[in-house]
Amino acid sequence: MDALKTATLALALALTPAAHAAGKGKTQAGPDPKIQALAAKFIEQSFLPGEGQDLSRLQQDDTLKACNQYRDQPPEKVAAEINARERATIKYPEGGKLMGDWKNGEKLYAAGFGMRIGRIEPDRPERQKGGNGGNCYACHAADPKEVAFGTIGPSLMHYGKLRGASEEMVKYTYEKIYNPQAYTACSQMPRMGHNGILRPEQIADIVAYLLSPESPVNK
Amino acid sequence: MRGALSCRQLAGVVLLAPALALGQELKTADEYRAALQDKFANPGNLVVERGERLFKEKRGPKNASLEQCDFGKGPGVLKGAFAELPRYFKDTDRVEDLESRLLTCMVRLQGFTPEELKKKLFADQRANEPNTDLEALAAYVAVQSDGMKLNPPMKHPKEREMRAVGEVLFHTRIGPMDFSCSTCHGQDGKRIRLQELGNYAGNRADAQKTMRTWPTYRVSHGLLRNMQHRLWDCMWQMRLPDVDYGSPMVVALISYLADRGRGAVLDIPGIKR
Repeated sequence: MDALKTATLALALALTPAAHAAGKGKTQAGPDPKIQALAAKFIEQSFLPGEGQDLSRLQQDDTLKACNQYRDQPPEKVAAEINARERATIKYPEGGKLMGDWKNGEKLYAAGFGMRIGRIEPDRPERQKGGNGGNCYACHAADPKEVAFGTIGPSLMHYGKLRGASEEMVKYTYEKIYNPQAYTACSQMPRMGHNGILRPEQIADIVAYLLSPESPVNK
Repeated sequence: MRGALSCRQLAGVVLLAPALALGQELKTADEYRAALQDKFANPGNLVVERGERLFKEKRGPKNASLEQCDFGKGPGVLKGAFAELPRYFKDTDRVEDLESRLLTCMVRLQGFTPEELKKKLFADQRANEPNTDLEALAAYVAVQSDGMKLNPPMKHPKEREMRAVGEVLFHTRIGPMDFSCSTCHGQDGKRIRLQELGNYAGNRADAQKTMRTWPTYRVSHGLLRNMQHRLWDCMWQMRLPDVDYGSPMVVALISYLADRGRGAVLDIPGIKR
């Protein structure tokens, strides 16, 4: 998908030479360090401090910094560094069971609430009983009966039916959700486990939803 | 859905009734949007009218109206001003978008303090509040450019710089979801759930389609919304803290988006889901 995106963007840029020519003679190539520095300064200046806010969320870790520097197309060496660093973050559920309860996974796959902060419209705690949702349907199809799915990520319809539920596939699926950048550097997908959006047990429930033969995803 | 429809949402539905009464089902989001396009039925017009009254009324500690506010085409000239925003203003030595400039005038001409103006920026749709004065005023000024081409100036070095920073920020991943603007708005033909997104970085037509219809009446909120609210909403969805109204980050992003939307014929107030 990332390769396709690069190709599409490259084509779009090639076809519209004026598109990025706001300043005469300026080209798209290479981020101007002065502009980069200003962007960082603007981020620092633009968010409200105080009660209900959390400015620590503006910190970019080394991986996000690298992805931002290369606009999500890191050179091979940097990509390998990201893969290794992110792989080292993966934690597994206590007891090591990576296939949980698919019925709970189904709820988590659909639920989009959690982690919205600020003074204007923070998430109400009662909407988050049991933790944050994964909001997977925002980007990925799954149950053939659910039509309101997004398309930013690939369709996961019949995920287990097509791939089987071998030990390797279970482990891969768990790790991919916990930290997609362990596999694909600068993947567009959130690092669901590493960033604390989902707990390891919740990820195992979603793994079961995707892989279990009883799950509607595989019907 | 956030609960029962508010009175304003119902008003919107009733106004749409003629389109729905023809007996055809609205099968797609496009058809739904087409049914919203009757300009005279746009409930946002009521907010614009209120904005006009507020604009001409003597208000604030200095008991002055906003009629001498300079939105870039001279004091008191509103026609076509929004179509050429954001722009660099010599008197503040910075690039301002519509809403930032409005704050500047309310402080300088009317004597309000920025703190009191920023106490309540957006109406809360969950509490069924009416649009705030700021929202109404911004809508009134914007509508004076209806039918004109979006053409933000890029002559001043600070205007070009703001746009360039905006482009970098558009592609900057930040926050616990690892999202940037381009995560959602950097590929053709994508959607979140059923909501189409638009590729603002790579496809100028997508940027134009969006930028020509803001400020817009959002049926799901039952309120008229402006670009400051749209970008606050995006960053809220990115799980970031509240971004400040008129902050450099928001103005930079609006500069970039307005430049990407250049040439689009404004159709405002817009109306959307």
